[in-house]
Amino acid sequence: MHPSRPAPTRLDLLGAMLRIRAYEEKIVAFHERGPFPHVCTSVGQEATAVGVVSALHPDDQILTNHRSAGHLLARGADPGRLLAEVMGRSTGYCKGRSGTLHISAKELGVILTSTIVGGELSLAPGVALSRSLLGGEGIVVCFFGDGAACEGIFHESLNLASVWNLPVLYVCENNQWQAFVHRKETMVGDHIAPWAASYGMDSLTVDGNDAEAVLEAATRAAAQVRATRRPFLLEAWTYRQRGHMEPHDQSYVDPAEIQTWLAKDPIARLEERLLASGELTREGLEALRADARAAMEAAADFATASPYPDPSELTAGVYA
Amino acid sequence: MSLMTAHEALDQAVAEEMHRDARVLMFGEGVATKRKHLLDAFGPQRVRNTPLAEGIIAGTAAGAAATGLRPVVDLLFAPFLCFAMDEIVNSAGKLRYMSGGQFSFPMVVLTMTGGGWTVGAQHNHNLEAWFVHSPGLKVVMPSTPEDFKGLMKAAIRDENPVLFFMDMALAFVPGEVAEGEVFVPLGQAAIRREGTEVTLISYAKTVHTCLAAAETLAEQGVSAEVIDLRTLKPLDEATILASVRKTGRAVVVHEASRLCGVGAEVTALLSEQAFDALKAPVVRLTGPDAPAPSSYPLEQAFTPQADAIVQAATQLVARSPEVAPIW
Ligand SMILES: Cc1ncc(C[n+]2csc(CCOP(=O)(O)OP(=O)(O)O)c2C)c(N)n1
Repeated sequence: MHPSRPAPTRLDLLGAMLRIRAYEEKIVAFHERGPFPHVCTSVGQEATAVGVVSALHPDDQILTNHRSAGHLLARGADPGRLLAEVMGRSTGYCKGRSGTLHISAKELGVILTSTIVGGELSLAPGVALSRSLLGGEGIVVCFFGDGAACEGIFHESLNLASVWNLPVLYVCENNQWQAFVHRKETMVGDHIAPWAASYGMDSLTVDGNDAEAVLEAATRAAAQVRATRRPFLLEAWTYRQRGHMEPHDQSYVDPAEIQTWLAKDPIARLEERLLASGELTREGLEALRADARAAMEAAADFATASPYPDPSELTAGVYA
Repeated sequence: MSLMTAHEALDQAVAEEMHRDARVLMFGEGVATKRKHLLDAFGPQRVRNTPLAEGIIAGTAAGAAATGLRPVVDLLFAPFLCFAMDEIVNSAGKLRYMSGGQFSFPMVVLTMTGGGWTVGAQHNHNLEAWFVHSPGLKVVMPSTPEDFKGLMKAAIRDENPVLFFMDMALAFVPGEVAEGEVFVPLGQAAIRREGTEVTLISYAKTVHTCLAAAETLAEQGVSAEVIDLRTLKPLDEATILASVRKTGRAVVVHEASRLCGVGAEVTALLSEQAFDALKAPVVRLTGPDAPAPSSYPLEQAFTPQADAIVQAATQLVARSPEVAPIW
């Protein structure tokens, strides 16, 4: 870990995951009340977000995709400003210009949320090139899905990052689905990680529903990228518990598959571990959940009370 | 003054900017090989060969630009831009706005276009209007070596992504370039020849065709003004409007095809803002809605020729009702 930051405890990991879940539940609640913008939630993938982001240093940079709320929150994003952005309010991270699908937050080192599947992969080598040429210890983390890995740009990105020795930690969240298509229909094999070998790159596959395992793997992977200034591919094996986007629809998914994965819910798993070890009591857990929910209520109040941007600003900021 | 080609002028511009600003770097397919003097002067960190993968070249430029570098990328031939559209249009062009101004994209995309090398349609396609139509991008297409140098320097210093189109026919034609700092601000057209009866509006190689036509017109007693747009976005509307308000007639000439081309925009501008000054309809002379052929005579037929410009201008001045576009 970074000398200036202690390693997160298991309770920290749980607290962060509960906040992400509470945020997504708030989004779902807004939807059910509707109308509300379409949003791709990251329910079920909290362990990947929290595990990987907890392994990063403050000066590391992040590029991610449409399922980015977990990554942003794990990085310390203010849920009120996130929700405000989703709702198109001027207090959002991007002044209401981005909406849910392209949030960036420079102050947190989050360069990009790309809703062009693979867009994050195309920019990542350039961000890392800046790190290489302008100095600094930081590394660049690029989150993407198994769907993006099936695009040409994935291969172009890994190849260039490897040839140019760029400090990129590629993190594939293999959540089994590519929008409305199961990965088995579109992908050779089950895993993305082995593809890295073709690009002279080390890789690791981790149980993406085990926050501790992800933290450990990501810490190792990030340390290697830091030390070698070479790219590394980490694949987290996980599951998208809700439909591709809100409103929720999983009618096309095999119910047995859903059951199998709900039984491996990352939050429930860590909770059980902490309860079993005595690190957490039932009451303590309830208090943590209530804290997370209260934070999201406050965030929702902030967002709903925030003004919309003035229409006169429509074309402001297109050019520098 | 020294004599150099557009190709040399571009190199000089990039080298001077790399000297001036350590954040400027250049990469692309064969850049370090073909621009060896840049490699020798600035080393392999700042002058790089890339894989043959335009998407990742443009995306890497966008990522680098967002985080502190000022890349110039050479994508070779304009049709290859199709491989890089997502990165240029959806990322470089949009992310400044979408991020609420958190990131800027100071990058230059250099590419070759236009007839003259008989390379055929998969290496020659005048796509400039596509990028004019995309928010967040700027587009330049110079006609003289001095402007190649001055506009490249302006493009590198600009905080926005700039598409820099080099008309192939101009690449190795020598021209005079002033000594010392040459800098041409983006968004300023040049009046290449003054005249009073008709304005010929063009950019890139057809500027020279317009100048030749203006010579012939002068011999025939018709005074033509020639405007070189130089930057297609931002478009120098003031210069266009002032000229046509003076002459009352306009012929817009470019090699790219007519439908939704830059000429359509100029024509619309004149009808919206100089309608009262017009003494005749605005005429467009353009390339056809066809892929660029390879065979030399076909390639020449593709490009507007001086004769057609002379004829159109003469008819406008005579107020002939038979004025019609060639395509
Ligand atoms: C270039 C592109 N093609 C298609 C889409 C529509 N789309 C949005 S998300 C998505 C699925 C992406 O799957 P994956 O990369 O596995 O990420 P996940 O949604 O599973 O997190 C698709 C097809 C898009 N946004 N961009």
